[in-house]
Amino acid sequence: MRNLRKKPVVRWLIIVGVIFLVVVVYAFGFSVTDVNFETTRDEVRLTQLTRILRALAHPDVIEFEQIEQDVDVPFHLPCPQGSAPPINVDTSGAYVVVTPACAGPKDTVTIEGFKFLPNTSGPVNFIAQSGAKLQLGSFETDSRGYFSITSDLPNRQPIEEAQAIRATARQNVGGPRISRTGKLVFDKIVETVFLALLATTFGAILAVPLSFLAAQNLMSEIRSPLTSISLTLLGWPIGVALGGAIAIQIGRLAESILGDTAFIAGGVVLSALAIGLASISTVPRVMERFSGISAKLVRGFGYVLAGLATIAISYLVAYTMLLVGDALVDTLGPLGFLGNFVFQLGDSLRMLTPASAALIAGGTLGSLGGRVGQQASDRLDSRTVRIINLAVAALAGAALFALIGAAIDWLYQILDLTRTFVIPAILGAIGGALLTLRVDPRQPLPMGYWVYFVTRTVFNGIRSVEPLVLVIVFVVWLGIGPFAGAVALALHTVAALGKLFSEQVESIALGPLEAVRATGANRAQVIKFAVVPQIVPPYISFLMYRWDINVRFSTIIGFAGGGGIGFLLQQNIRLLDYRAASAAMLAIAIVVASMDYTSSAIRRRFV
Amino acid sequence: MLEVKNLTKIYPGNVLALDNVSFTVESGEFLAVIGLSGSGKSTLLRCINRLVEPTEGQVIWNGVDIAQASQDELLHIRRKIGMVFQHFNLVNRSKVVTNVLSGRLGYVNSALSLINRFSREDMEMAMAQMERVGIADQANKRADELSGGQQQRVGIARAMMQEPEIMLADEPVASLDPVLAHSIMSHLEDINQDDGVMVICSLHFLDLVHRYAHRAIALNEGVLMFDGPPKAIDDARFKEIYGQEAKRVG
Repeated sequence: MRNLRKKPVVRWLIIVGVIFLVVVVYAFGFSVTDVNFETTRDEVRLTQLTRILRALAHPDVIEFEQIEQDVDVPFHLPCPQGSAPPINVDTSGAYVVVTPACAGPKDTVTIEGFKFLPNTSGPVNFIAQSGAKLQLGSFETDSRGYFSITSDLPNRQPIEEAQAIRATARQNVGGPRISRTGKLVFDKIVETVFLALLATTFGAILAVPLSFLAAQNLMSEIRSPLTSISLTLLGWPIGVALGGAIAIQIGRLAESILGDTAFIAGGVVLSALAIGLASISTVPRVMERFSGISAKLVRGFGYVLAGLATIAISYLVAYTMLLVGDALVDTLGPLGFLGNFVFQLGDSLRMLTPASAALIAGGTLGSLGGRVGQQASDRLDSRTVRIINLAVAALAGAALFALIGAAIDWLYQILDLTRTFVIPAILGAIGGALLTLRVDPRQPLPMGYWVYFVTRTVFNGIRSVEPLVLVIVFVVWLGIGPFAGAVALALHTVAALGKLFSEQVESIALGPLEAVRATGANRAQVIKFAVVPQIVPPYISFLMYRWDINVRFSTIIGFAGGGGIGFLLQQNIRLLDYRAASAAMLAIAIVVASMDYTSSAIRRRFV
Repeated sequence: MLEVKNLTKIYPGNVLALDNVSFTVESGEFLAVIGLSGSGKSTLLRCINRLVEPTEGQVIWNGVDIAQASQDELLHIRRKIGMVFQHFNLVNRSKVVTNVLSGRLGYVNSALSLINRFSREDMEMAMAQMERVGIADQANKRADELSGGQQQRVGIARAMMQEPEIMLADEPVASLDPVLAHSIMSHLEDINQDDGVMVICSLHFLDLVHRYAHRAIALNEGVLMFDGPPKAIDDARFKEIYGQEAKRVG
């Protein structure tokens, strides 16, 4: 057997080469990141660093009632022409002596204070003619009320008149109290926690159903023949358009009877009756899967009626909530935020009704199309199916590509119907037709896998955009403030949780799934009875973790205008108010730490 | 009567699991399926209710070819075919009664079942089935708090909720001790004799086959090697089914 090991010389050469390469890489790294240790020893920078670190160590949370003692001494900057005018110092109370009594800009002077309150401290300021204060230093008096400091005078325009140097002694009296900054920080940290709560809640509500679409084990077994897929693709946009339009019409109708309580009550009662009747006639206790066509029509009619009535009720409830909420804001006083809550809920219900109606109608028509396609594919012979496929697949392809074209047109404003509608539609039709010719007409295609793939791609796309960037978009739409931050975080949460959730679905035990499927349960029932019980604990665990992450994120989201404590933090850093910034940082640390304990406690309870 | 004709299953990657298997089962018969692990027993059972899609062949039951049934028809057929599993396949975190009720899903209104509404009759039926296998007092425990034998009884009660005409049992006692095995097998015998349900049960132990089955079929690497009364499995047959090195035990 031949010895395959390299010769020692070659190995050494390789090692030396690798070391050399590593050195080059790090040398380049030092150069591009401007590594410069000389700056770390710079005197001026070190003084500044000390000042900031000391400020950060004194968060502006607690303050005391203070009494101040201002003592001024007139001071010429620079010394006047000829003899300096005598300075009369009243030595009966506290007084300040500056040596020399006058000096030029940037000269060094000694400032001494006598008969001050003992053991007090405070700043020494140069008071310019304009009234501006320039700090020369700070002092602490000894037990006799004496202090002495040396300081450099500021570089000011020469002024003939006397200006002043003022020593201000401050003494705390009374008990501690929360400072103004402290109160502000408290307000903002509460805002931050609730911002994170809303973002997590609404993000999770969307992420749960979407996570099923992004779970490979559930989706990859969904296979449909081409007829079914094409009709589904056609059913969705038609349903969305139809549902949205009808809902908006009903909404107008509902708005027109506003103000008339009798009409509203009547509408609610009528709609409820309609829903009740429809559900009695259409929801049998035992499902007979092979009912006649007339029974199916009756049931379908019942569903449509119930759907319309639900839309009507939803609008009436929304408008009633708007009115009630508005009234409550005025009457409840300090609890007015409850009224606002009702109002906003009503408003969101008003906004969500047409959207949900459109989605539900789209889903219904889509799945109806899918079922019709499946049946046609099952019952008709191959040639007929192929001819039908040719028509519906071409139509579906055209519709899909035309919709994509419309989206591109909206984004890039091409405004050319040939290029954004005709060409894509033709291309789509050709694609659909080609697909028909390529595949066996009744062969089930992996539709579920395509949905899985698209959902995953969308999740990854959204997740790759940092919330800080998302905030910028939402600030434009919703204005600076916590609302924009909450929406941006919610969107990011949908993508992040959707991914984590779907991976949990992918790791469930498959045995129970198989067992429930063997009972003749349909897909929704399999999910409800075999999947959901298995994923509740990990979902809760991830939800808590995400809340934790969102709290941390919402502390910095204010940097981009998204509200919360980050806004305060950024403002104070810009204003060089490090003590206030320190208070904000302290609050963040406390909240993040306590979130961590709370979430792990809750997780332990559920899992 | 269930008629399996020329059933072939090839898994992705060209794995031949069933090779042209044909046999018939009479209504009310207790059929044992024997063979080594990996011989295709589980695949055969799952092809009957199409948890596994057959590649070729027919499964004709009451004049309908299950292998060609549409998705809707399939759900309708499945609810008359109960199944119990080697590893019980209960939903561990759900209550026992919920597991049992899930056997009823093929019959109930889908929308109502999704919000956990079951009719009074279904609840009573669930209690009766749990009573029958002796786990009524465990109804409100979580499924994973039960012992192995109890869990398999939950599995049987769940399958019985389907009011099945066929019961498929995929090595129902392979994870249980011999005493429990007999207790579970006698439940299946009850179902077969009192309710007249056709039972197709894959088994490892020949003494169980002799004790409970009317007839046995044997698979070896997907090929049907034997079809006849259990008594007819003599030493020569045995070596044919299990290979030349195998020795009879027990």
